[in-house]
Amino acid sequence: MMKTPSRRGFIGSALAGLGAAALSGCDRLVQSGPTDRILRSTEHLTMKAQRALQARGTPAAEFSESDLSPVFRANGTRLPASDEYARLMDGKFADWRLRVDGLVQKPLGLSLDDLMRLPSRTQITRHDCVEGWSAIAKWQGVQLGRILGTAGLSPGARYVVFHCADELEQSLDGSGRYYESIDLLDAWHPQTILAYAMNDRPLPVEHGAPLRLRVERQLGYKQAKYLMRLEVVSSFDRLWGGNGGYWEDRGYEWYAGI
Amino acid sequence: MDTSASEAIAERQIRVRRHSVPVRLTHWLNALCLTLLLASGLQIFNAHPRLYVGKYGADHETPIIEIASEGLKDTIRGTARLGGLSVDTTGFLGASKEDGVVVARAFPTWLTLPSYHDLGAGRRLHFTFAWLLVINGLLYLAYGFLSEHFRRDLLPTKDQVSRRHLWQEIKDHARLRFAKGEEARRYNALQKMTYLIVAFVLLPLMVASGLAMSPGIDAAFPLLPELLGGRATARTLHFLTAFSLVVFVMVHLVMVAVSGVWNNLRSMITGRYAIEVDGGAQ
Repeated sequence: MMKTPSRRGFIGSALAGLGAAALSGCDRLVQSGPTDRILRSTEHLTMKAQRALQARGTPAAEFSESDLSPVFRANGTRLPASDEYARLMDGKFADWRLRVDGLVQKPLGLSLDDLMRLPSRTQITRHDCVEGWSAIAKWQGVQLGRILGTAGLSPGARYVVFHCADELEQSLDGSGRYYESIDLLDAWHPQTILAYAMNDRPLPVEHGAPLRLRVERQLGYKQAKYLMRLEVVSSFDRLWGGNGGYWEDRGYEWYAGI
Repeated sequence: MDTSASEAIAERQIRVRRHSVPVRLTHWLNALCLTLLLASGLQIFNAHPRLYVGKYGADHETPIIEIASEGLKDTIRGTARLGGLSVDTTGFLGASKEDGVVVARAFPTWLTLPSYHDLGAGRRLHFTFAWLLVINGLLYLAYGFLSEHFRRDLLPTKDQVSRRHLWQEIKDHARLRFAKGEEARRYNALQKMTYLIVAFVLLPLMVASGLAMSPGIDAAFPLLPELLGGRATARTLHFLTAFSLVVFVMVHLVMVAVSGVWNNLRSMITGRYAIEVDGGAQ
């Protein structure tokens, strides 16, 4: 078989050129509207598949005391910058109230003592960050379902939105404020708790004092810290970016089961 | 004896059907998926370029593999660490140029998708092509079993697995000497075993270790991360298996190139593979 060097040379340089074009081309392809829509639709497929595989109440694995991470990495906000939060922290959160409103029969304002008087659930679970690291800790808190049961849902209720005290991005309009949302299926899951204790101690400030969400079958960015208000809604179209969460508005999936 | 006449007879070429339509289709789809999964996977890896062993692992734990970025601005250095081994990789791993400026990033822009830092976009790409890879892989497996492609073409025959034959094949490979004539109608034993390992060990392990990182899947199948040694270990296995696949693809491409690049490429596109046979009998 004969191959002329020029033909080889031509193909070689053509391939090299193609490689360089492919890289910038790929970036542009990923950014294009139709491609982006297709890529985003995978999230629904993944959610449907995972929910089909999980029986309704399937719990996340729970671990033993010997599995606890010696140090649990604090991520995102470690200390909310607002004056209001500083005031609440100074008062050891005695003046803090969790507002529960939106599509509920009876809006609530719950103090930390109110929450601690309710039956609690303790669970040792693994926290998986979207970045790839994971850590195990013990959480104690009130099941979210219990709070929603007390407030009573109104017709049209579909999601619970968690409004937080921290601003992850400085903004004038409040769009940098952290928030998250889950649907009622996850809200009523027995392991979905509003945690006020971590590793047998009051929830530290860097981990979201006085109260944070644990929704164990999803990634770390769903575990909203510094909870101030739970709002029951029928859709989150009108909340900030309309995607149901701070990170969701910045490109992460709303369903964070993977 | 007329030597030119005997050479002409020896070089007689026939074309045989080598790859079926399902094999060709799934091969190219698999190649596309693996390329995009690798590039988007490196984007995801860049978010936390440290690999651990165990049920968990974060900054406090000691990684077994790490791409570290140390220093600031002009003095930024990249280091790759494997156990106790440490190599300065500035310019490639840990510190490389982005828009003309050296920045801290584990894998460089030309290896990641998107090229710039965007974990969300990387994840969307990764999961989309992971679905495609799995569907494509299941179709391939179903076809391979039902059509007996695996038994007929990939299972080494008795004569191929003798120690003597294998040793001969290793020597032939080292000398880049490839089968001719009737022997070229089938894969050699090393080739068969490599393809079997890729299809039945590496790719399934890739999918299993990937799924074991998902908290939603772990809730449905708690045994999965445990079988893989914990979630952090599963992530490490995911990376090492990906690396093994990259090594396979590199060797595969070299073998394709040195054993008749056009013939090999044509056979994976049109299905037809040329082999030289002794034409004497006719």
